[in-house]
Amino acid sequence: MRIELRDIRKYFGPVKANDGINLVLEGGRIYGLLGENGAGKSTLMKILSGYQPPDTGEILFDDQIQHFSSPADALGKGIGMLYQDPLDVPAFSVNDNYLLGRDQRIVLDYKNASHELQEMTARFGFELDLQSRIENLSLGERQQLELARLLVGGAQVLILDEPTTGISAEQKEVLFGSMRKLAREEGKTLILVSHKLDEVQELCDEALVLQRGKLVGQTDIPCPNEKLVKMMFGQVPERSARPDFDLGEVVLELIDLRVPTYRLTIKDINLTIRQGEIFGFAGLEGSGQRLVLQACAGLLQPDHGKILLDGQDVSSWPYHRMQNAGVGYVADGRLEEGLVAGLTIEEHVELAKPKHSFFINRKVLFAITETKIEQFQIVGRPDSTADELSGGNQQRLLFALLRDNQKSILLENPTRGLDVRSSNWIWDQLNHRREGGTAILFMSSDLDEIFERSDRIAVFSGGNMSRVLETVNTSVEEIGHLIGGQA
Amino acid sequence: MDSSPIILTLASVVLVSTPLIIAVCGEILTERSGIVNLSLDGTMLMAAMTGFIVAFESDSVWIGFLAAMAIGAFFAFIVAFGSIRLRQSQFAIGFVLTLLGDDLSAFLGQNYTRIPGPVVKHYAIPILKDIPIIGPIFFNQNAVVYFAFILVAVTWFWLFRTQPGLRLRSAGDRPEAGFARGVGINFQRYLYTIIGGALVGIAGASYSLNIKIGWSEGITRGLGWIVLAIVIFGGWSPIRGMFGALLFGATKALATYLQRTFPEVSVVAFNAIPWVLMILVLLLVGSDFTERVIMIVPKSLQRPLQRMLRISPPQALGSTFVED
Repeated sequence: MRIELRDIRKYFGPVKANDGINLVLEGGRIYGLLGENGAGKSTLMKILSGYQPPDTGEILFDDQIQHFSSPADALGKGIGMLYQDPLDVPAFSVNDNYLLGRDQRIVLDYKNASHELQEMTARFGFELDLQSRIENLSLGERQQLELARLLVGGAQVLILDEPTTGISAEQKEVLFGSMRKLAREEGKTLILVSHKLDEVQELCDEALVLQRGKLVGQTDIPCPNEKLVKMMFGQVPERSARPDFDLGEVVLELIDLRVPTYRLTIKDINLTIRQGEIFGFAGLEGSGQRLVLQACAGLLQPDHGKILLDGQDVSSWPYHRMQNAGVGYVADGRLEEGLVAGLTIEEHVELAKPKHSFFINRKVLFAITETKIEQFQIVGRPDSTADELSGGNQQRLLFALLRDNQKSILLENPTRGLDVRSSNWIWDQLNHRREGGTAILFMSSDLDEIFERSDRIAVFSGGNMSRVLETVNTSVEEIGHLIGGQA
Repeated sequence: MDSSPIILTLASVVLVSTPLIIAVCGEILTERSGIVNLSLDGTMLMAAMTGFIVAFESDSVWIGFLAAMAIGAFFAFIVAFGSIRLRQSQFAIGFVLTLLGDDLSAFLGQNYTRIPGPVVKHYAIPILKDIPIIGPIFFNQNAVVYFAFILVAVTWFWLFRTQPGLRLRSAGDRPEAGFARGVGINFQRYLYTIIGGALVGIAGASYSLNIKIGWSEGITRGLGWIVLAIVIFGGWSPIRGMFGALLFGATKALATYLQRTFPEVSVVAFNAIPWVLMILVLLLVGSDFTERVIMIVPKSLQRPLQRMLRISPPQALGSTFVED
């Protein structure tokens, strides 16, 4: 199917999310849609998949003008969208979730549903427990189910929004394999929305670049990464160099640490981290790296072993005591754990102060907040609430709330979902902190980030930590092996 | 043996529990679609009053029930319209309707208090009524009682085995996902709030036409809140909700019995028994102790047992959904 977008415009107040986009997509090809945060990718894809109508402009399938009344209508006409957070019902069984909205008969036919699902999963090599409930599946598995649902629903065009965030390397391979199959063998049109240039390079035939609501570039793949980055940003941002740095005293020491949790127990963790060191935890999501960070932050209690901070045993200290002792923690879920959605920037600044008085001095607070906003380049006003900010600005706010002179900062996926420029900014801040002697521990699902930023690396697999690797003496292959659980 | 005191007591527990069972099923349908109809207490009073008066004037209990359904559906419609269309707090609307229903029913029904009226006729089911123990308890009753138990089965089947049930549950659990698959979320919510309200209406009328015959001010006061509690304790499942209602009826009977046996103890103390028991049950269901008990039973029973004890409220309960 040939899809044509003609002069698509969508404005939100003064913001021109899509500002006259013209585009032709051919069947049998995989397109990569690139752009900075807020470039208009999501808006365009929502318009194409029937979630919102454009203000002006037309969508044509094989030269026929189309109007979508709803996403279900769009799927009926052949366009399916796979969201980063799959649109399924967590409380449902796999079968119920599959059948919802599909079967028009009143009494459900589970036999048939299981049969269709099995056929589908076998065709694409998905491995799924069909007896399970959706909430017990991994993100990658939920994605596979959504994909199956969209395809059975008759999707000729598939839009995938950041599909590789949070899924395992194997699941990514399976996903990419099935995407290639769909394009090459079945002639479907695929659109990959992504931040990750290597994925676009690996998978796509053509890259489309949006900037400020306009289509600014279109190029065949493969092409040099620099070319893509140039189209996205107008210039190639300097990868912030990692300055050589002499390490200082030991800050944090973990001895035979064991932390049991309901799902997973980590054990025998031995680590020594020095002032000014950047230490990266690699591994699949849920392999235990987050538990170590949470134990160091005082959020989880080890049942064996010790955590030493400047030589002092802090194993049983709770979070607030650790915070006051100079250990900062930046959680992954910005709105879930880090920020309070309905509170303003100003109120966050007040809450994060080490000492509180009963009454709030509004004037002083306003001044402090304004300086922070400027210093940390947050796009927002002192009275903007946290949930009004974009992901990148929420992360900036979290950094603005970190206290000065930390002994150690612990971070979960510090740049997840951020564009290259914001990521660099975050790391500039962190490098600046390390120069002041702060030890930095972070986990990331982005291997490139681990390689580029850390001095030393540890890999987690099923709750076990590998030996500690010097970044300069290791390779992606070695880390890959360790992630897969091979010693 | 059929007329032994225990059998008679159990049969009366079943009878007294029927309005609760019917209202619980209605409210489960409503809440599963994502709306909380907090107006039950007022709705039941209005329905009890309307049902009795209409039945009295028309001399037909069935027309009385129809009128009660209409009143229940109308109150529920106000909740749905106010929360979906006007985007007001469904909790505030429901609460105000509770207060309104209480006073309005007292006012409108003042000329009909404490007069005898039509009654649902006793109807024992042939053959089934002769089953020992179960027969006299469950099958020697009347149509309203049978309706309640059939309703439980139908509600369960509708929710968990049919396509409309999936659509309904998706509206309360993840409306975005339902919407993406062509479910009209707000249509579902209107529909099941109104159906739920109609059932609550039947429940109210079955009180004044079947249990405490006749109308007097505040005749069902408090029952609506009990229903809302049972829905939660029952984990939004009609079958567990039915057991909750029966348990409540049984503890009520126990309280009455104890009160007669120990007249020197304050009445209030016995009235609290059902609540204490409910909280204990809830604590027990979610406790580590129960988890351990489950681990002891044979492997093949563990999964169904865990599934039975699982409580997960509809995730989008009480939220508004905007269709883009």
